[in-house]
Amino acid sequence: MKLLIKGGRIVDPLQNLEGEYDVLVDDGKVAALERNIKPGAGVEVIDVPGCIVAPGFIDMHVHLREPGLEHKETIATGTRAAAAGGFVAVAAMPNTEPVADNASVITYIKEKAAREGAVRVYPIGAITKGSKGEELSEIADLAEAGAVALSDDGRPVMNAEIMRRALEYAGMFNLPVIAHCEDLNLSAGGVMNEGFISTILGLRGIPAGAEEVMVARDLILAAMTKGKLHLAHISTAGSVQLLQQAKERGIKVTAEVTPHHLCLTEEEVVGYNTNAKVNPPLRTRRDCDALGSALAGELIEVIASDHAPHAAEEKDVEFDFAPFGMVGLETAVPLVVTFLIRPGLLTWKQAVAAWSSNPARILNVPGGSLAPGSTADITIINPAEEREVDVRRFYSLGKNSPLQGRKLYGWPAATIVGGRIIMREGEVLV
Amino acid sequence: MPLVEKAVIMDAEKLRRTLIRIAHEILERNKGTDKLVLVGVRRRGVPLAQRLQSFIEQIEGVKVPLGSLDITLYRDDLSADTKPALSRTDIPFDLNGKRVVLVDDVLFTGRTVRAALDALIDLGRPECIQLAVVIDRGHRELPIRADYVGKNVPTSRREEIGVELKEVDGIDRVVIRELTPDRSP
Amino acid sequence: MSLRSKDLLGLQDLTAEEIGLILDTAASMKEVLQREIKKVPALRGKLVVTLFYEPSTRTRTSFELAAKCLGADTVSIATATSSVAKGESLKDTARTLAAMGVDAVVIRHSAAGAPAILARTIKASVLNGGDGMHEHPTQALLDMFTIKEKLGGFRGLKVAILGDILHSRVARSNIWGLTKLGAEVRVVGPATLMPPEIERLGVKVYHRAEEALEDVDVINVLRIQRERQKMGLFPSLREYTRLYQLTPARLKLAKPEALVLHPGPMNRGIEISSEVADGLQSCVNEQVTNGVAVRMALLYLLIGGGSREALD
Repeated sequence: MKLLIKGGRIVDPLQNLEGEYDVLVDDGKVAALERNIKPGAGVEVIDVPGCIVAPGFIDMHVHLREPGLEHKETIATGTRAAAAGGFVAVAAMPNTEPVADNASVITYIKEKAAREGAVRVYPIGAITKGSKGEELSEIADLAEAGAVALSDDGRPVMNAEIMRRALEYAGMFNLPVIAHCEDLNLSAGGVMNEGFISTILGLRGIPAGAEEVMVARDLILAAMTKGKLHLAHISTAGSVQLLQQAKERGIKVTAEVTPHHLCLTEEEVVGYNTNAKVNPPLRTRRDCDALGSALAGELIEVIASDHAPHAAEEKDVEFDFAPFGMVGLETAVPLVVTFLIRPGLLTWKQAVAAWSSNPARILNVPGGSLAPGSTADITIINPAEEREVDVRRFYSLGKNSPLQGRKLYGWPAATIVGGRIIMREGEVLV
Repeated sequence: MPLVEKAVIMDAEKLRRTLIRIAHEILERNKGTDKLVLVGVRRRGVPLAQRLQSFIEQIEGVKVPLGSLDITLYRDDLSADTKPALSRTDIPFDLNGKRVVLVDDVLFTGRTVRAALDALIDLGRPECIQLAVVIDRGHRELPIRADYVGKNVPTSRREEIGVELKEVDGIDRVVIRELTPDRSP
Repeated sequence: MSLRSKDLLGLQDLTAEEIGLILDTAASMKEVLQREIKKVPALRGKLVVTLFYEPSTRTRTSFELAAKCLGADTVSIATATSSVAKGESLKDTARTLAAMGVDAVVIRHSAAGAPAILARTIKASVLNGGDGMHEHPTQALLDMFTIKEKLGGFRGLKVAILGDILHSRVARSNIWGLTKLGAEVRVVGPATLMPPEIERLGVKVYHRAEEALEDVDVINVLRIQRERQKMGLFPSLREYTRLYQLTPARLKLAKPEALVLHPGPMNRGIEISSEVADGLQSCVNEQVTNGVAVRMALLYLLIGGGSREALD
C-alpha cells in the first residue's frame, strides 16, 4: 500500500532538512522525499497543508502501568493515548507490579505490546531488583530480552556505590541508565516545590536542592565510570547549570525535560489541585525559563512526558495523600507548541530533534529520520489548530491532567507507524 | 419601589408629651417605682427608655434602673442576607422579682416582642413584664398587646412607621411612609 | 454586612472588614456567655458536626459549646469511631454528612487543604478547625479578639510570634489576620523552624528571642512538639528552652503591660516558664473563653438567620 503525504512542511533534523516536500510511503518505508510528488494510481493521498511533517515522535519516559496496575492504564490504552498525542513509540518505565527487573516481565510487556499496542513499545528494565536500590538486576538478561534502558524511576538509587556499579555494568551492554534524581532525605515528606507557595499552603516542600545534589552526584559517577547517564525529568535551574558544567568538562550525559516542567509552575497547586502534584514538583517561572533555554540551547536533548496515569479515586483525596504524577501523552505536543514554539523560544527543528532523533539515538532504537529507506514512522502536527483540553476525550485511562479546559495550539493531526495511519485528526484508528 | 413620606404623625413636642403621659401611666399602674425597671429594645427602644427614666425621675424623684436588650439572637424572621449587626445586651441589675417595662418604638406583628420576652426570661424571672410602645400600628401575628401606647395608628401593609429620635436620627418625630410603585421611566 | 463566603477556610481569604465584623459579633457573644443561662436560640434547629481527623479536645469542645450556646444540635465524629477508619474517603464522608442535612461542618485534619475539599463538595458551611500546617483561623481570631479587647485595636501594635513557625498553622493564620489589620508582626525561632520565604508575608524574621521581644505589645508563644527534636530540627529541648523559652527576664524586654498568649496546651518549662504562664500578663484562660465567643460569632454569621438552600 502506498501513501502520499502532500503539502506539509518537512522538519528532519538528522538530514538538516526543513521545507515543503512531499513524502511517499511504500511498504512501510519512506520511498521518496521530494517536492511535488505526483500521486500515482492506487496511492492514498493525505493533504496536510500548513502542517509540520516530522520523523515519528518517541516518548522515552512513559508509565504504561501494565502489568499489575491496569486500573490506572494498560498497554492498550496507554499506546492509544500515545497515538492520539502524535507518538509512534514509547519507552515504558519498569515500576509495574511486579517490577520489570527480570527478563520475563520485559518479554511479557513486549508480547502484550505486539498484540494490543497501537504504537511501538520499548521496555525499560529496573536498575536494581524490585527497584529497591540494593542489588543490581540481572542486566544482561534484561538487555537480551529487549530492555532499551535501565531506570528505577520514581525511586532514586540512594546508594552511590550501587549507582556507580550500575553505570559500570550497564556500560558493557551500551544501556543508558536513566536517573531519577532525588535525595530522599532532603525531599522527605515533601509534596510540592519548597518556597513561598508551599509556605502559604502549609504543604511540605521539596527543595530544588533535593534534585540538584543527586544530579551532581550522578554526574560525578558518570565521569568516574564512563557509563551512559541520562537524567530523567530535570526540573530546576540549578540542575541545568550542573548539566552545563558537566558537558563543558566532557562528561557523557544526556538529559530530558517534561512539557509540564517547561510550561507550568508551582502556582498550579494553589487550591490543592492534586492533578498538579507531580514528582519532581512543578517549580518556579525562573526554572521553566532556564529549562526552556537549555532545550533551545540543545543542552537538554529530549522532551519526554513522564506520562503517569492514576485512577480518579486515587487523585480525588487530600493533597498529602494523592500519588505523584500527571498524564502527559495527549497534551505534550500542544503544550510545547503553545508555550515555547509559538512565542519563538524554541524552533521546530529543535523540538522535533528532542522528540525523535535524540531519543532514538539515546535508546539506540530506529527512527528519527525521514530519509528514503527509513521506516515510515511519521508525526504530523497542525500548528494552527486551537482546541481546549478535554480530559474526557483522552484515550488514556488517566484523566489526571491539570490542563483541563486550557486552550492550546498545535495539536497532532496524524500519527503513522510503519506506513500505517493509526491516528488522524485526534481519532485513533486501531 | 421607593418609600414616600405621607404624613408626620407626631412632632417633637407631641412625642415629648406622649412620653410624659406614658411615664405617668407606668407610675400609676405600678403604684410608684418599687421594683420597677425599664428595658429598652435595641435600637430605638433604648433612647425611649432613657427618656422615660428621666421623666419618671422628674415626677417621682427616683431614678429607676435601666437596661438594654439586643434580641437579634432570638428573632425568627431573619434571612441569611438581611442580618442586622449584633449589639450587646446590657442589663446591669438582677431581673428576678422585678416589674419590667419593656420599651420599643413600634408594635407591629408582635414578633420582636415575642423575641424580647424570650430573651428577658432567659436572663431572669421578673414578677411581671409590661410593654410600652410609641406607636401601635396593628397587624398582629401573635397574641400580644401593649400596656402603654403612645398612639394607635391603623396602617396598611404597604405603609411603614418611622419613629425618629434625636439620639439616632438627629430629629424627634414620627412619620408614616408608603411604598409606591416606581413611576420613573 | 455579612461574610462573603459560606465557609471559613482561612484568614488569607478574609478582608479586614470581615475580620472586624467577626470580632464585633464575638463581643456580643461574650456577653451571652457571661449570663446565667448561657443559651440563645439563634441556631435552633441547626445541625453542626465536628469532624476531627486529629485529636483535639480543646478546639472540638469549644466549637461544640459555641454551637450549643446558640441552640444548635451537635454531633461529633472522631476518626477512631467512624467509617473514616474503614477507609472511607473524605469526599464520601462529606456527601454522607450532606445527606444527613448538616448545616455546618467543623473539620480538623492533618492534611492541609482538606477543609477546602470538603467546602467544594458540600453546600453546608465548612469551618476549618486546623488543617496541617496551613491555617487555624478560629485560633487566630480568638487571639485577635483577646488583643482587641485588652489593647483596643491593632494598628501600630508589635506582635511577636515565638517558636516553631514552620509547622504552625496558628502562626500562619495570625500573620494573615494581624498584618491585614495593620499590626507589625515579628516571627522568632530557630532557622530550622522557619518556613521558606515567610518574610514575603510582610513579617520580620528573628532568630534571637531577646531581639524580637524588645518593645512588643503582644507575645504569642507556640507549642513546641517534642517529635520535632527527633526529626533533627533542633539539638535538644534543653537548648531550645535556653534560647527560646519565654521567661520572666525575656518578658521584661517587652512593653510593661504586654500580653502573653498561648494556643495551648502548654508545655510548662519548655516554651514558656510556669511563672509567665501563671503571671498577670498571661491571657491563656481568657483565650479559652474568647474562643467560645469567637466560634459562636462564626457559626452565627455563617449559618445563623434563615435557612440556606437545601443541601445536596
